[in-house]
Amino acid sequence: MKVKIEMTGGLEILFKNQKNHTYEFKDRDTMPLRELVVWMRDTQIQERPELFVEDSTVRPGILVLINDADWELDGGIEYIVEDGDTLSFISTLHGG
Amino acid sequence: MLKAKVLIVGAGGLGCPVALYLACAGVGTIGIVDYDAVELGNLHRQVGHTESRQGVSKAESLAMSIKERNSDIQTIVHETMFTSDTAMEIVQHYDIVIDASDNVATRYLCNDCCILAGKPLVSGSALKWDGQLTVYNYGPTCPCYRCIFPTPPPADTVTKCSDGGVLGPIVGVIGSMQALEAIKIISKVDGVLAGRLVIYDGQQATFKTVRLRTRRPNCVVCGDAPTITQLIDYTQFCQSPYSESSGKAADRIDTNLIVSCKDYHQHVYTTNSPHILLDVRPKIQFDICSIPNSINIPVDELNKSDNINKIDQLISHDSSLPSMLQKLTNQYHHLILLLILIFHSDCMYREKESNVVIKHIRDGLLGWSDDIDPSFPIY
Ligand SMILES: [Zn+2]
Repeated sequence: MKVKIEMTGGLEILFKNQKNHTYEFKDRDTMPLRELVVWMRDTQIQERPELFVEDSTVRPGILVLINDADWELDGGIEYIVEDGDTLSFISTLHGG
Repeated sequence: MLKAKVLIVGAGGLGCPVALYLACAGVGTIGIVDYDAVELGNLHRQVGHTESRQGVSKAESLAMSIKERNSDIQTIVHETMFTSDTAMEIVQHYDIVIDASDNVATRYLCNDCCILAGKPLVSGSALKWDGQLTVYNYGPTCPCYRCIFPTPPPADTVTKCSDGGVLGPIVGVIGSMQALEAIKIISKVDGVLAGRLVIYDGQQATFKTVRLRTRRPNCVVCGDAPTITQLIDYTQFCQSPYSESSGKAADRIDTNLIVSCKDYHQHVYTTNSPHILLDVRPKIQFDICSIPNSINIPVDELNKSDNINKIDQLISHDSSLPSMLQKLTNQYHHLILLLILIFHSDCMYREKESNVVIKHIRDGLLGWSDDIDPSFPIY
């Protein structure tokens, strides 16, 4: 399976300063989102992983989209990621 | 339009375009709440203020800009802190609230206040190249801010405009869209951005509009059995203050860690004392202008070990440096144009336990421009 990941709102800074990523898992057809998120934390972030994951879910203040819709519409962290999905991690902004 | 009453919370980068467009559209009554004064360093993004109104309250200054454009508009200046003590009394006089604030505590305050008072809330926010926009409390299925973000973000993850910088046109885009949403709500046209979120990436020049969850029945403020029935202490809830300007460097750093531009220039810069001048603005701003021989590490990247190593090498190894930097960024994360000096070896500022001292230069580059080099651009 292949998933596309987008980071915005400053989160990209944790991920090698890149907004777009593609992850391929050759031996998998699906993957629980919780597993993917923990995998991202453990293998893709060099520093300050606590800014991404807290209590084995995405930390407060980050909105997650599954194929451009709020992840709550699809089960939140319990969602099962499928081949071709696009996941967006959006850090909420407070400035103005 | 003339009967409409709109309250703008925050007369900064977002509040300015909102106010100007609503005034020109003929919104009858515009209230502005802001406790800060106009500063030169903000003018690049706060287009409703002028150089000549430096020091004037932002709420007053923006009201003047409204009157200059449309003298028929009634402006109401609330030159007060928008807090749980004042918010409800202010909000009840308006039909629509615009959240143009610059901090997370005020965002929760605006949300709860609008839910309790039954007012639609047009919420915009921006940082660096990014902007976000949505409408809360508009229609029965519309989620509120707390439905989406029930828990505030950890305080040390929040970057503010004065640290992260925001480009003027970004707040211009988002503020203009907030004005448009308000006009749509006033005119009762379809397509109001409720239950959807606009995400603007100015660098990639992309807009994305995404579907948000519906109202959560168990939401503590807009749910079926709300537990928040009056305003709470939002600074405590968010562990962060209502105003980012209350965080003026001089108010929060030990005075013995502050040095003036003049002292730095006279005793260190011109005498070539061993030191590093660290400029912690965003890279894009550093690229526009910088003091010769300064190095740039943006404040939100100070904790990165690459950067600590970089400084470490520059000053020859000093084992206390990482912990000092760590402490500094934890404590003083929200400084405006923070410049840090790192002195070492025989420097006049040497401290006993370490041969490295970190100092903050008061007034940063604005002070540099005022006191040392008038040709240094203020942007
Ligand atoms: Zn809610």
